[in-house]
Amino acid sequence: MSLAKIFGLYTICFLGVTILIGIAEQLFGLSPQWIGWIFMALSLGIYVVIGIITRTSNPDQYYVAGRGVPAVFNGMATGSDWMSAASFISMAGALSAQGFAGLAYVMGWTGGYLLLAVFLGPYLRQFGAYTIPDFLGARYGGHFARIIGVVAAIACSFTYLIAQVTGVGLIVSRFIGLPFQIGVFVGLIGVLFCSVLGGMKSVTWTQVAQYIILIVSYLVPVVYLSYQLFAIPVPELTYGRLLQTNNTKAIEITRDAKEKETRALWKKDADDANAKIKMGNLSDAEVDKLKAASKTATQQATAPAASDDATVGRYLTVPSGVGMWNFLALTFCLMVGTAGLPHILTRYYTTPSVREARTSVAWSLFFIFLLYFTAPAYAAFARFTIYAKLVGTKIAELPRWITLWQPAALFDVVDKNGDGIVQWADFVVKSTDFVVLSMPEVAGLPFVITGLVMAGGLAAALSTADGLLLTIANAFSHDLYYNVIDPTASLTKRLTITKILLVVTALVAAWVATFRVAIIVELVAWAFSLAGASFFPALVMGIWWKRANKVGACAGMIAGLAVTTYYMIGSRFYGVSWFGTQTIASASFGLPVGFITIWIVSLMTEAPPQQVQDLVASVRYPKSGQAVTGDPLGRDMPVGAH
Amino acid sequence: MADLTEEQKKSYWQYNVTLTTILLIIWFVVTYLISGLWAGWLNQFSFLGFPLGYYMAAQGSLAIFVIEIAVYANLMNKHDLKYGIKEEG
Repeated sequence: MSLAKIFGLYTICFLGVTILIGIAEQLFGLSPQWIGWIFMALSLGIYVVIGIITRTSNPDQYYVAGRGVPAVFNGMATGSDWMSAASFISMAGALSAQGFAGLAYVMGWTGGYLLLAVFLGPYLRQFGAYTIPDFLGARYGGHFARIIGVVAAIACSFTYLIAQVTGVGLIVSRFIGLPFQIGVFVGLIGVLFCSVLGGMKSVTWTQVAQYIILIVSYLVPVVYLSYQLFAIPVPELTYGRLLQTNNTKAIEITRDAKEKETRALWKKDADDANAKIKMGNLSDAEVDKLKAASKTATQQATAPAASDDATVGRYLTVPSGVGMWNFLALTFCLMVGTAGLPHILTRYYTTPSVREARTSVAWSLFFIFLLYFTAPAYAAFARFTIYAKLVGTKIAELPRWITLWQPAALFDVVDKNGDGIVQWADFVVKSTDFVVLSMPEVAGLPFVITGLVMAGGLAAALSTADGLLLTIANAFSHDLYYNVIDPTASLTKRLTITKILLVVTALVAAWVATFRVAIIVELVAWAFSLAGASFFPALVMGIWWKRANKVGACAGMIAGLAVTTYYMIGSRFYGVSWFGTQTIASASFGLPVGFITIWIVSLMTEAPPQQVQDLVASVRYPKSGQAVTGDPLGRDMPVGAH
Repeated sequence: MADLTEEQKKSYWQYNVTLTTILLIIWFVVTYLISGLWAGWLNQFSFLGFPLGYYMAAQGSLAIFVIEIAVYANLMNKHDLKYGIKEEG
């Protein structure tokens, strides 16, 4: 049976089961708890089965899926590898809160693929290594460049991994009712099964399966709502009208007398807190607490529109001045970060040829586009349902989803002015992460759709976790242990080490996630700047400029990382500010520094050996899916060679 | 492929560089000008019920990126064949 048939059948079966569960819910009153369990068991079961079927110990299969993944399927796998808990759970929520400014994420996380397609993907494939540090090691020679690559790869992948694990815990605890700490470990079992048994090969096919679940579950609720409201099942076409409706509603809300009263009370809270801070003689902890309280109160006093004569809600307003600079800088950092994240770049090693690598980048972006194109619509529909279903209800008769979500502590409903009715300003949002997961419930759709969305969120978080785990384990075992510490290690030994590292990394990530450190969300955004400032310049220069040499690349990576890290930590904790740039856009300084350093230092030092320069030139002309005869590294022979 | 003369190599690469440059210029204009600096001004126009600037940042730019990469993959793959570059892999 062809791959297309297998996955076609799989999609039909998945939809069929979903419909059956829906029928069971309507006819026999299947409880939400059960629906949650069924969806989770079903999806984890699928991943485990794929892991068992595709198990392998061949290094080519284990590291790069035998370089035999067709472009379309590699595109799907990249799609789910890429779309993480942040894309699935958080993005639409951020859009619905931030409006235009949030679109930096939508553009940054898609536009980066163009950079990847024209600067990196096909050439990396032509080069034909196993990992990104592999490329750095071979192109620039010696261990130093490789080790910097390993450190940078681990730094960005691990923070990113913790965020995925946190997402898994959130979903499992909310829908299955398991405690967060246990939920984290349950979810990880599915991931570990695949990556330990079959490395990249298993991960690839699991990711394809996960992509199908995640895209179906993301589209279903919005399409359903769009059809319900406008009788057109294409939310991307209909939400323009909804934006106008939301805007009118926002203005209407702002003019409401009760709303004004509530906002005035919040304003007073903020002023009180600020006054107390000014008085001084408080401990640092108390000051922090007051600052947080003042921030929340200010937020409540101003959302969703700042003044009642606003003709355009803040939602659609394009930022200006420093706001515009930050918008552009963030978009840029997310783009170069996208093109520099090692777990995505390695996916293009798995295609059979350079041609397929090119086509594959196009498919990847197409599959990602399907979700991102819908996210702004999702945000608008979510905002609409919250306006419609929450504002103006009685505190005593809060909708069921409010009580169900309360334990997750993502939002709060407080009756500020004590009138027994929910005003918009009574709804205190602590994290917009609830938006996507709760929308089907808020809109009053059958619970089976919530179950579906849960399975999709789980698939998004787990598929990304899979790719990241593999990247981290390979960085340690292949790049650090095999290439640097013990190049004579046998194949069995290397694979065993990789497998042990997979389990250890997963456990450490789960353990760190159980602390639920708030800064993790920020760290993910940092990962993009780190990847953009460290890998992007060194990879692009390595491919496009023969003259780039080892000293230049190492200096460039270190300088890029140093400037980015300095600005991140400085602006986040010590009030450093260059042009008012946000912390998450730190790579806008690190990246140019990286490029310029590589350029200047390379020119000041000796040119790379002729052999390397020929290699760089040969990468420009695709041939047999391999830049040089045999393996570029001359070591990784097929099984049995060792 | 070893049969490519230096001249052929040069023109093969030149084509790639030109194509890449054009695509990057479009990418820059769409992202940073149309969806960024000019978005506020474009918002006075309406498209499908959306303010145009918002539409370009939320939907239009994404569609353009997808088309750009598809065009790149397609043209480069054709270009390879024209130069007799066939991979066996």
